[in-house]
Amino acid sequence: MKKLNNNRRNFLKVSAATGGGLLLGMTWLTSCEREVAIEEGTGFKMPPRPDMPDRWSEVNAFVKIGENGVVTIYSPNPEIGQNVKTSMPMIVAEELDVDWQNVVVEQAGLDTDNFNSQLAGGSQSIRKNWTILRQTGAAARYLLVAAAAESLGVPVAELRTEKGIIYHDASGKSLGYGEVASAAAGIEVPEDIQLKDPKDFTIIGQGKKNVDALEIVTGKAVYGIDLQAEGTLIAGIVHPPAFGMELKSFNADEVKQMPGIRHVVTIDAKPGGAEMQWSDVNAFPQLIAIVGDKTWQVFQAKKALKVEWTTTSAGEFSADHRKELKELIESGKADVARRDGDPEQAFEDADHIVEATYSAPFLPHNTMEPMNFFADVNGERALLNGPIQTPEYLRKTVSAVTGLAEEKVDIQLTRMGGGFGRRLYGNFGVEAALISKAIGGPVKLVYTREDDMTQGTYRPDYLVKYRAGLDAEGKLIAFHVRGAGTNGSPVFANRFPAGAVENYLAENLSRESNISTGAWRAPKSNFIAGAEQAFLDEVAEAAGKDPIDFRLELFDRAIADPVGEKNDYDAERYAGVLKEVRVKSGWDESGNQHRGVAAYYCHNSYVAQVLDLSLKNNRPQVDRVVCAVDCGIVVNPEGAVNQIEGGIIDGIGHALYGALTFADGKPEQENYNTYRLIRHAEAPKKIETHFVDNGIAPTGLGEPSLPPIMGALANAMYKATGKRVYDQPFANPTLRG
Amino acid sequence: MPTYQLKVNGQPREVEATSETPLLWILRDDLNLVGTKYGCGIGSCGACTVHLDGVAMRSCQTPVGKLAESGQAVTTIEGLSDDGSHPVQRAWLEHDVPQCGYCQSGQIMSAVSLLQNSPQPSDAEIDAGMSGNICRCGTYVRIHAAVKTAAKLQANS
Repeated sequence: MKKLNNNRRNFLKVSAATGGGLLLGMTWLTSCEREVAIEEGTGFKMPPRPDMPDRWSEVNAFVKIGENGVVTIYSPNPEIGQNVKTSMPMIVAEELDVDWQNVVVEQAGLDTDNFNSQLAGGSQSIRKNWTILRQTGAAARYLLVAAAAESLGVPVAELRTEKGIIYHDASGKSLGYGEVASAAAGIEVPEDIQLKDPKDFTIIGQGKKNVDALEIVTGKAVYGIDLQAEGTLIAGIVHPPAFGMELKSFNADEVKQMPGIRHVVTIDAKPGGAEMQWSDVNAFPQLIAIVGDKTWQVFQAKKALKVEWTTTSAGEFSADHRKELKELIESGKADVARRDGDPEQAFEDADHIVEATYSAPFLPHNTMEPMNFFADVNGERALLNGPIQTPEYLRKTVSAVTGLAEEKVDIQLTRMGGGFGRRLYGNFGVEAALISKAIGGPVKLVYTREDDMTQGTYRPDYLVKYRAGLDAEGKLIAFHVRGAGTNGSPVFANRFPAGAVENYLAENLSRESNISTGAWRAPKSNFIAGAEQAFLDEVAEAAGKDPIDFRLELFDRAIADPVGEKNDYDAERYAGVLKEVRVKSGWDESGNQHRGVAAYYCHNSYVAQVLDLSLKNNRPQVDRVVCAVDCGIVVNPEGAVNQIEGGIIDGIGHALYGALTFADGKPEQENYNTYRLIRHAEAPKKIETHFVDNGIAPTGLGEPSLPPIMGALANAMYKATGKRVYDQPFANPTLRG
Repeated sequence: MPTYQLKVNGQPREVEATSETPLLWILRDDLNLVGTKYGCGIGSCGACTVHLDGVAMRSCQTPVGKLAESGQAVTTIEGLSDDGSHPVQRAWLEHDVPQCGYCQSGQIMSAVSLLQNSPQPSDAEIDAGMSGNICRCGTYVRIHAAVKTAAKLQANS
């Protein structure tokens, strides 16, 4: 398949043409390895980037090696702040056996021929690519060693590698990777590639700084919104002010007279007949685009445009949402997702029944970098560049709406100012492509914050009702979860405590809406974990048991004699993080702190948290969070801890303050003066993270620490105030729909 | 359109724009200084923080006409240091603060200003001084620690 602008593919040709033969006499870089040990509080000066070589040899799609031994590793997956641009290349570098100091990381563009699943979502980048990345690094190493064996005239088995140097100990000879890389090109890779024994890892498991940290702190990191190319105009969109409305007509005469304004066009991001993808969630496909010289000019023109809208379906109100969800929960006909034993009978037999209902409102994603994309589309090809979590799907849709073949659509990736699920849905990329096509030149589409917050694709609102039946000894004998949400139920039927209770019923209900909804950091878990963990706390209290003891008894049951066969968790690992957090938090020596515990399993990782709270002027202040995590092998502890801390702060913030409400289909908050995100002073004073490193293949961390913290927070708030909290946002119930 | 004379990162710059154009967009669209970020446009998130005569200000709320009239010197993230050697940048690197990184230019500019006013800030002063800057990734605990490290570094230099 021929692709446009594929520099690396072109490079391969170049390297084949100029390669061949050994580049003897070159120096390599291990001699100038730089010490970067940091003493706490002494600051950190980034070592300069290694000198770039004149010639590179491409060893495989992930790795190219310079004649001076500098190694470039391409990071295939989109970088949204989850730090895969550091951790994925670390895995390749480990098996390649190079010095991390000599590695330069570059972001790969979309290349489905060479890379596996270039998608940022579900905390899956590391889990799904762990083996592939290791094999890729090991295969590249094999090629280099084989080339060295040929050059030195010795068997491969007599060679060993260390930090980018190939040693023949018997003769005392050595060759740098850079010296043999060009000769490695024609060598065949055997099927069985030997991977390192994890105990020999020297890069994986070591804390490595974010590879873009220096660029970020000096303002040089390039995000999509920063892209500038010769002749590029700025585009803005005007979308309907409310869900349920469509464009009727507009008058652009005045706007076209405004300084710098070049074009006012309409676009349809979902034209009839064009095949759409799951990622094409978009409530407002018909838009007006204003294109001009400068961003500010376009933003002013957007405000001045006179538009008539028409109502095509009724505008919704948050108060009605809540009423409808309540009605569904009380009397709706549910889909039974799982049923074990005889729950109805067990509730009849129960000595005591605990019942509680939890809710949470709509949430916008609020990535700090608003939606944007660069596009240059003509009749021949489309060049796109920008922040997208699903480049493969964006390419399909751009192909469908422009009529260009997929191989004529090139998508490059920028570092992203946050994702949180919003950039799974690439409507802004499709819009940029259509605007570029309409005006016949390159554009950079930039949303205002207001566009971004009112465009939709929100985390939907949810309501869930739990019932638990306890026998006379306080044993949990029946459990019922009945969940409802806009455009889908939040219930995971096969998650804990399914498997730990003899009689279990999980039910799903849903209401339709014209408000578009989508995945938001830890979809569904971002609500249901907090609700479930708050409910279990209430049940433990009714059973007269310590909340950790109560959960551990349930896990004992799930370990010894699990109910059902579809339970989606490993009860021993789940119990493991709870036991770990109990010790590390000093749970059993609790003093006067108001303390809440929660544990959750989602996105293949296990997290348990203990949160200490105090009330300052009647406001909750989180003094400390202790977190135990089981994600298997921790690839980059420094980045991993950052992810855990971020998820905790993000979770606390949204549980306390997050709410988007609607009146007549119109979002009532559209910028940070009315929509409240957690601020510096409101963050926990201290977060301690402990990993249970068990040598199991690694799983992801972008999401798992967020869901349970909402439960730990609710449980600590109960301890502090004596009142259970059921409805988010906890700190401002009046914002609740 | 009128032209304005500005002093940006120590250099005289001339720009052509309407007087109400915010400094943020002058920096980004006219002077190619894109380290200063757009987040909200209403002075609520701090992503666009720069220094005017050394004091942290929201560039999205600073019209270029008034700025030129005042003659205040502008410092952006690009003007702190080219190689990350400013004590606040070194502290940010030590604590590996960024996740997505988008808000960090503004965070760093706020921190530099805070430390100028209060070289050894208390926890409460850091809370107050840094709460105008939103980080959706939730790097606040690291930012807090990095401000303290930066205070130490500045005291020792």
